[in-house]
Amino acid sequence: MSTALSKEQIQQSIAARVAQEIQAPCVVNLGIGIPTLVAQYVNDPGIAFHTENGLLGVTDVEEADIDPNLVNAGKLPVGQSLGASFFNSAESFAMIRGSHVDIAILGALQVDETGLIANWSVPGKNIIGVGGAMDLLVGARKVIVTMSHTSKDDSSKVLKECTYPITSTRQVDLIVTELAVFKVIEGKLHLIELMNGTTLEEVESKTEADFIVQL
Amino acid sequence: MSKIKETVEEALLPIQNGDTILVGGFGLIGAPLTLVEGLTAKEVNDLTIVSNNLGEAGKGLGLLLNQHKITHAIGSYFTSNRDVGNFYQKGELQLTLLPQGTLSEALRAGGAGIGGFYTKTAVGTALAKGKEQREIDGEMYVLEKPIRGQVALIRAHKADTLGNLVYYKTARNFNPLMATAADYVVAEVDEIVEPGELDPEAIVTPHLFVDAIIEAKQVLTREGVISR
Repeated sequence: MSTALSKEQIQQSIAARVAQEIQAPCVVNLGIGIPTLVAQYVNDPGIAFHTENGLLGVTDVEEADIDPNLVNAGKLPVGQSLGASFFNSAESFAMIRGSHVDIAILGALQVDETGLIANWSVPGKNIIGVGGAMDLLVGARKVIVTMSHTSKDDSSKVLKECTYPITSTRQVDLIVTELAVFKVIEGKLHLIELMNGTTLEEVESKTEADFIVQL
Repeated sequence: MSKIKETVEEALLPIQNGDTILVGGFGLIGAPLTLVEGLTAKEVNDLTIVSNNLGEAGKGLGLLLNQHKITHAIGSYFTSNRDVGNFYQKGELQLTLLPQGTLSEALRAGGAGIGGFYTKTAVGTALAKGKEQREIDGEMYVLEKPIRGQVALIRAHKADTLGNLVYYKTARNFNPLMATAADYVVAEVDEIVEPGELDPEAIVTPHLFVDAIIEAKQVLTREGVISR
């Protein structure tokens, strides 16, 4: 069933599900890619979005109001909320490393069955950028990972062990794909939800990692 | 002596071969585009550039890279300029990749006379390899050293003639940190005003950090980088 969804629909379904995890009051950092879509599903003045390039109070922006010097971590145009503030990069990462950010929502290339992720390097390829990923994993109180369940060649991205370099020794808390929601409890993946009408059999066939079924 | 320089050449005069240059900006946002363009016209090589990215392919610091003037780049995210990977694979560029929080804190430390700091970021990953680690109150930390440069090229919104600076939105990013961490600091700004015109409560970089000021000629707009 899920194979019938377009890439856009897959991304939106993941973003909408992640939005349910965000309860006011809290500060949320959104990573590049699917995470940036989450904000449109959240409408509560008690929730503030943080971007590591120096803004607390990120909002959507209308085409007419785009300012080239007002962007998010993906360098995409954003708006600023009433009560927004700007700060330098060290102060921004003091917020992250000092655990003042409640939730970080990150993309990942791979996740393993203990909840470790790889999202900053592909050996041999020109992906040479870590950005704030390692800082967010160390400092955010809760880390949610969004990603497609499989690669373009249909191989699983939920693995027994990451084959790419890991981003942190900290395990993430929740993993949301277009097929499933996994919660990491005591270093083990627990399948807690099926997404988009997916069957357990499909999740099992597309997941290399061992996981505990807790539907 | 006035800090205001009439030409980019004059502002860049102290830069020498082999210098470490801190360059502000998050991609092209908040990057000193006029000064970087000035560097492409200057006879200088073997530079170490400290900047979050190396611009974009053929833009900003990407221009300098393509001229083979950069031998070492220190930053957090090089993926946004595909040329960087190609130079690196050919062995024409040394790269030092740091987590963005470590890069910014290392600049802060460099500017504040702090000899290094311990952080939990990168512990247990490939980026902690070869670095001293120690346990503090039951948790593992990695030692990161401060970063300083001979020169910092930064972008601000307004300067007064003394060199006090204010910034604009997310164009602030690394600029105030780099202003503190180099022997010679040039700020490129949209507007130069008289002392007293900037609210002292709003000044982000006090003038003692700034050595030279120029007006921006290359600016980032919705239509891309334009000359004015």
